[in-house]
Amino acid sequence: MRRAGAAWCFVAPALLVIAVFFFLPVVAALALSFTDFDIYALADSRNLRLVGLRNYVQLLQTPLFWQAFGNTLYFVVVGVPLSITVSFGTALLLHSRLVRFQAFFRTALFAPVVTTLVAVAVIWRYLFNPHYGLLNYALGRIGISPIDWLGDPHWAMPAIIVLAVWKNFGYNMIILLAGLQSIPEQLYEAARIDGASMWRQFRHVTLPMLAPIVAMVNILTIAGYFQLFAEPYVMTQGGPLQSTVSVLYFMYEEGFKWWNLGSASAVAFVLFLFIFCVTALQLRLARWQSAA
Amino acid sequence: MGREGEVVAELLPEFERTHPAIRVKLQQLPWTAAHEKLLTAFAGDSTPDLCQLGNTWIPELVALNALEPLDRYAAASSIVDAGDYFAGIWDTNRVAGQLYGVPWYVDTRLLFYRRDLLARAGFSAPPRSWSEWKGMLAAVAKEARADQYGILLPLNESEPLLALALQQDEPLLREDGRWGNFSGAGFRRALGFYLEMFQHGWAPALGTAAISNVWNEFGRGRFAFYVSGPWNIGEFQRRLPAGQQDSWMTAPLPGPDGPGASIAGGSSLVVFRASRHQAAAWRLIEFLSQPAVQRRFHALTGDLPPRRTTWTDPQLATDVYARAFREQLERVKPTPKVPEWERIATEMRLVSERAVHGQLSLEQATHELDARADRILEKRRWLLARRGAG
Repeated sequence: MRRAGAAWCFVAPALLVIAVFFFLPVVAALALSFTDFDIYALADSRNLRLVGLRNYVQLLQTPLFWQAFGNTLYFVVVGVPLSITVSFGTALLLHSRLVRFQAFFRTALFAPVVTTLVAVAVIWRYLFNPHYGLLNYALGRIGISPIDWLGDPHWAMPAIIVLAVWKNFGYNMIILLAGLQSIPEQLYEAARIDGASMWRQFRHVTLPMLAPIVAMVNILTIAGYFQLFAEPYVMTQGGPLQSTVSVLYFMYEEGFKWWNLGSASAVAFVLFLFIFCVTALQLRLARWQSAA
Repeated sequence: MGREGEVVAELLPEFERTHPAIRVKLQQLPWTAAHEKLLTAFAGDSTPDLCQLGNTWIPELVALNALEPLDRYAAASSIVDAGDYFAGIWDTNRVAGQLYGVPWYVDTRLLFYRRDLLARAGFSAPPRSWSEWKGMLAAVAKEARADQYGILLPLNESEPLLALALQQDEPLLREDGRWGNFSGAGFRRALGFYLEMFQHGWAPALGTAAISNVWNEFGRGRFAFYVSGPWNIGEFQRRLPAGQQDSWMTAPLPGPDGPGASIAGGSSLVVFRASRHQAAAWRLIEFLSQPAVQRRFHALTGDLPPRRTTWTDPQLATDVYARAFREQLERVKPTPKVPEWERIATEMRLVSERAVHGQLSLEQATHELDARADRILEKRRWLLARRGAG
């Protein structure tokens, strides 16, 4: 009993901080999502109405919310596999003994992660420019007619995905690289002695050893990509035709631009629930896989 | 705020010299953060004494009951003379019959155009009415090469359409801002004309992000007309080569029949209700409102002054590019004075963008806009009904 008491004492400061700075705001936001808190309520609390689930009901009837949800889903479904594939590919290359100047490439490929998005956005806007952009110039060389990347509603999200993947793949690359480096050399040696080809070494040594790390990278990336905000914020402000409005961007506008904190909180909770479900599903899948 | 916040620091020493009892503490805010910061300051009871405010924000802060009415100060003042201000601009500072701000500088939208491109199409003067304007657009389009257009109306800006809508006699909202009035004949006419410019291919369906560098493109002749504001006078003077400076000019906005109205924009100086130094704050407003100080402010920023007397200054009176603004300022109209207006204007831009892309017809667009505006105004109706009952 004394030991348990001591343990509680040790974790109490951390728990207190979490309670004050995490649970309390979350509970307050949940309460807020059942009201119509707006600037009128800010002026006078008598202008605050309890609206029950109306924010949620209205939200689910708002076409823009569903569009934002669809856009975000599009971003996740295309962006996450692409991002992880690129991360994995570059990690394998960096790990391979065939590549020289590994330290240089490692730094260079990680650089986008630590550069400021706003600065990056300026450069990418020029790359995407339909008239002088490098991207269209390159496409023109192989006979593809120019694409209005940020102006055409069909191409704006792919453009955002390209930017996001370029900006973020370095992070996962470093994690996967660390995973690759921690695979004991003896396993490959044993495989080689058994006469395993490069491909079979990859398939039966590298992949299974890396599976837990890939699962973790997956979960983090999906949760992160669902929270798409900064890229459309700096590149397109949600346009053209709201084709790059993400759920978080929608929430930001609702809350901080229009000051409808009630309905913005409702958006936050809907997104939270969704990410929660997806992550739970992934965890179950990962567990099932490792059991199999 | 923004550049004005930096420049006003140069004017303040003189104020402190002439008013030894008053010390001014200046806090500068970037425009992008200003709105949020002010609302947070209000929530935290830490509003400033005096502040610069975009005049479309005034109704919102009045709804918060954050601003002090200035009528009695203005009535007693020998410096702030309401009759000397452009009427439309002055009016933006009045909400429900009370004055809440004094205009500091003004902003409106009008035509920037390429004289040489109009001349090539056979016109020696800019258009004054919509029909003249249409004729010129059609003629310019006939001369245009591929990828050249008559006019740039950036789809990410609501102001061009808003200016056309304000030219109409019908208000944009009806019954004291309770309901949208977008299905009314006035807005339908404005939106119809706006859409026509895209349907004929006179205007490209692009936002400024896709243009990248509006000034270069204007210089290259990608479009002959551009609806924009006073800051672009300086930008074009700086960014277009010297040899091209003769090729562009400004003109008042054409109206449905003859010269039309435009938006009454700009910034005002306001005093907060919670301030304990209201009289001193008013002294500073008076100081900044003197025509001589406004001239210096204009020289430093390029912002256009709100008083007619200030415009008699030779430097302003002889500025050929500013002349159209002087004329336009006599014909500016405020946007509806409800706190929800900015949001409704955003919906107006989004819906009209969909109509430009052909996803909505004119009829569908106006009905959609009314539906959205009515939903946004729901709380306002509830509050007004409660106030009426109570």
